[in-house]
Amino acid sequence: MTVIVKTVSSWVKVLIFLFGIYIILSGHLTPGGGFAGGVILASSYVLLMLAFGRSFVASNLPGSLASRLDCLGAFLFALIAILGLVCGGTFFVNFLYQEYFPGEPFALVSAGTIPLSNMAIGIKVGASLFLVILTLAAFRAESQQPTEQDLADPGVRGKE
Amino acid sequence: MALFYILLIFMVIAAIIAVETKDLLSAVICVGAIGFGGSLMFLLLRAPDIAMTQIVVEVLGLVILIRATISRDLTFISGDREFFGTVASVVILFLVFMAGMRICDTLPEFGEPVFAQRPEAASQAYIAKGLNDTGATNIVTSIYLDYRAYDTLGEATVLFTAVIGATAILRSRSRKRLEDPEL
Repeated sequence: MTVIVKTVSSWVKVLIFLFGIYIILSGHLTPGGGFAGGVILASSYVLLMLAFGRSFVASNLPGSLASRLDCLGAFLFALIAILGLVCGGTFFVNFLYQEYFPGEPFALVSAGTIPLSNMAIGIKVGASLFLVILTLAAFRAESQQPTEQDLADPGVRGKE
Repeated sequence: MALFYILLIFMVIAAIIAVETKDLLSAVICVGAIGFGGSLMFLLLRAPDIAMTQIVVEVLGLVILIRATISRDLTFISGDREFFGTVASVVILFLVFMAGMRICDTLPEFGEPVFAQRPEAASQAYIAKGLNDTGATNIVTSIYLDYRAYDTLGEATVLFTAVIGATAILRSRSRKRLEDPEL
């Protein structure tokens, strides 16, 4: 990609990432939540992948780290559910709000386990989508091995 | 109300272009335009949560995913349509249209919530008690992470399975590239 695209996307990706974090953290107060915020987090990395190429993104956030984040998000969500079973008596009960820390409505720290679940789902969805796109991009690069015809006519293949 | 018809005509035109164009990238962008119109409709119907998910998944997800993954030599579609397939799809579409016309008579006015007519519906209880029961001011979040958290667990499982499937099918051919970013 050109210098303009690289410069603009390296500035914009920070704003996109920050917006995703905001959407996840305030999911219990305003529209949004874990799923939408996680997709926004993943899309900031996809923007980087489009501008700088797959190898840059893979060295920035390796696939092994992303799969660990994916498992971490799923584990945290299940842990919150099981903590509800242990502390509140029912699977997925909102024990923090009902028994320990009610909090004020419209405050950032309120609603018990809901913001924690939002964070877990945000990490999970963002890491999963990033992994899917990274895998598909690696598969595409694999299927784009230069054949004899491509080597004879390099204009056919697209620029990375 | 006129705004909805303008959006509807915009979406229908985008759908026709998406079907008729030969360039796959243009078709994908037209599908993204349909999703954009749908998200505007959700926003006007006062469902900002669904509008946000719609625009993120439909526009960003679809367009960026396909732009990032589909290789350039696949983007042009050629070939003619089969006669039998065209006739069969026209007949099936006509039957679905007639059934839809029958259903349209029983629906309430556009923009009126269906469950507003029934005070015993569960959605009325969620709206009345949601803040007291869960403490979340966003009722959508209070439903999908408190009342219906099992649903969310199922969705997370579906996404997890999708990732496992994608990596298991695609990774055997591209394992070296994933582990070694220099390739």
